[in-house]
Formats: sequence, structure tokens, C-alpha cells
Amino acid sequence: MGLRSPERSGGTEVSTMSPNWVTTRLDFLTNWARANSLWPMPFGTACCAIEFMATAASRFDLARFGMERMSFSPRQADVLICAGRLPFKLAPVIRKIWDQMPQPKWAISMGACASSGGIFDTYTMVQGIDTIIPVDVYVPGCPPRPEGLMYGIILLQKKIKGESFRDQDLRQEHLVGPEGLFLPAEKIDEVSEPFGNSVHQTRSA
Amino acid sequence: MSAVSSDLAPGAPGASEPSPSVHALQARFGRAIVRHLVSAGDTIVYVSAAGAHEILAWLRDDPGQLFNYLTDVTAVEYRDAERPLEVVWQLRSLPRRADLRVKTELDKNKPLAVDSVWDLWKGADWLEREVYDMFGVSFRGHPDLRRILMWETYAEGYPLRKDFPLRGHFSRAEQTRQALSATPEAHYSLEELSIAAAYEELPAEMKQRLARGERGIVR
Repeated sequence: MGLRSPERSGGTEVSTMSPNWVTTRLDFLTNWARANSLWPMPFGTACCAIEFMATAASRFDLARFGMERMSFSPRQADVLICAGRLPFKLAPVIRKIWDQMPQPKWAISMGACASSGGIFDTYTMVQGIDTIIPVDVYVPGCPPRPEGLMYGIILLQKKIKGESFRDQDLRQEHLVGPEGLFLPAEKIDEVSEPFGNSVHQTRSA
Repeated sequence: MSAVSSDLAPGAPGASEPSPSVHALQARFGRAIVRHLVSAGDTIVYVSAAGAHEILAWLRDDPGQLFNYLTDVTAVEYRDAERPLEVVWQLRSLPRRADLRVKTELDKNKPLAVDSVWDLWKGADWLEREVYDMFGVSFRGHPDLRRILMWETYAEGYPLRKDFPLRGHFSRAEQTRQALSATPEAHYSLEELSIAAAYEELPAEMKQRLARGERGIVR
């Protein structure tokens, strides 16, 4: 930090990318605005979506966090909330929705099934949506209570408030690669390994 | 216990007597009726695979039977590898308020095929597609026999067969790769979307895809 590499910059040039008062204040302003006006794109596929709807309804009132508008169009959404299990048949759909969302965008994986496949360690189920799209916050639970989801949202807001536009990698799109996968194949196989009770299930009858 | 069940009409829940349809079937079709049994009050008739369509047509149309409602078509494979795979037709007579379960046994060492009953009950369309999708039984004469629950490019086999591993044949990475390479819009035929009339207004790229009959891409 603050050290100059002699071959790249001679003389007394100071890196323009060092944080200063203007950039930190600008970061604070944009992060404050973004964190408090997150528009969710609800991707509800199962029982987690019921809890998600309860979170949005008057008793728990997601509008307190600036999320009063459910964005059913990915073009106007900031945060994708995958509430429920994701079968392989829906994998290209959620990937397409994620690709259609403009930056800045974040993803919340709500519930055990979206985060890890949950009890559905079967031939139909994606073992965690992080093998399909990048995920920012995982909310555990089966399904999580509305308080749980709100805690996840507050964590996401904290994460957003720590972002800086000096971080060039932050807004980079992670597209499906030429080999047709979003993550390396070994990584997908590794995170999809059976765990918990499903290690007792045989791979064939 | 037996006194109670003897009070019940044959074919009623809890009855131990077979449904009178069995005797009518035996008198009409003879050797094509393989055997029958009563299980939990339900009469199950095993018929030969070759005669199944004729027997089901007779059960639907005979004035004494009138099984005009096809409740379900499904299949059963047992853990015992020696036992044949069964195709099940669960019939209901709405005017007579009677049920009948008709089964046929298919040898697993031969191609699994049986005549479609789509011409008798139009509701068999999707039921037979599901049996085809999950068990690989092909129904001769079905108008549109293709997968219904799994996507049409699914290449791992028939998931409800006993030799199918719970997590599928392919690795998770390969399953994910195939899923991501699917085209979500391409899973429907032109007829299903009822867009034949609007064909001219479709984007050129979608027209090409539909013209090729494409359902998805496996790279």
C-alpha cells in the first residue's frame, strides 16, 4: 500500500486509485442508496416462496428495508431471491434471468434446497444454485422463517455498504464458459458430493 | 371378520370376493385373462399384453361393464429382478360406481411395448407419456409419445426403473452442463403453444428452430 514499483511508474507519481475523501464519500452515497432500495426478483419454486410471501406481507413487511416493489421483470431487479429447490429443468431459466438482470446485482439463496440441494440428493435436483449463478448470501432453514430471510437481507445490505467502486472485479459478469459451465467441473462435482443422511443412500439400487 | 366382509357387495372396499367383471371377462376372453386376485377389496385382473387393448375396449363399451373413466395409467417394477414389469390401468365406471384394476406383465428382456389406449380414453395421452418417461414403456399408437416430466433431450435413461441410480448416471458436472445448454423456449412444440396461427409474427430465429423440430441443444 502506497509503495511504488519502480519499473511501472517513475518519479513521484501517486497512485490515483488510492482511497481519498471524495471516493469514499461517493462509495458511501451509492452504497447507501443501493442497500436501501433493493428491488427483489422473486424466483419462488417451493415452500420457501410461502415464507418469502409472508416476509413481504404486512406482518413482517419487507418494505421496511426498501424492498416494497417486487420486480417481476429481471430488467428492473437488483437482487435475485431463489426461494425453493431448483430442478435441472429450471437451471437454464434461472441462468437466463440472472443474465438479464443489469449490474449492480446480487443473489440470495433462500433455504436448504437452494443452497445445497437439501434433502433432494436426486437425479433431478441442482445441488446448490451456486453451481449455476454466483450467490452472495445463503439463508439456512427448511424453510427459513421470515426473520431468517430478513437477517439474510440485512447481511446483504451490510455487504453492499462495504463495497467500493475501486474494486474492478465486483461488477464483473460471470458468464457460462465455453465448456458450458459456470464453475469448473471438478468444483461442481466436489460441492455436489453427498453429505449428511444422503451418504447412506446407494448410488444404485 | 369374514362375516363382515361377506355382507359387503363384491368389488366394494373391504370385500374379499372378486368383482363380477372378472367372471364376465373370463367367459368372454378365456386364456387372455391370466389370473386375478383381490387385494384390500380391490380386484386386480392380469391380462395378456397382446389382448390388453381389446379387453380394455370391451370393458369400456360392454353395457354390463361401462368402465367409461380411466383413472390412471402407471407401471410397477419390483425389486425382485426376476419379476416382470407391470403396466396398470385403473378403471372406474361412473354409472355403475365400480372400480377395476387391469394389469399386464411385460418381460424386461424384451422391448417394453404395449398398445396405447389413447383411442379409447383421450385422457391416456399424458398418463402414457409419463409412463414412457419414467419407465421406458412405449405405447404403440400413441399420437405424441415423448418425455413429459424430464426434458426431451434427457439422455440418462428412465428414472423410475430399479437399475437407475438415485443420483442419475452422469456426474453432477455433466448434468449441470447439459441443463445449462438447454434452450428454455424450445421445450414446447408448435401445437402445444397454440401459436400456429401466429407463426408469421414469430422472430426468424424461433421460426428456424421450430421448423427444425428442435427441442434443445446438447453440445
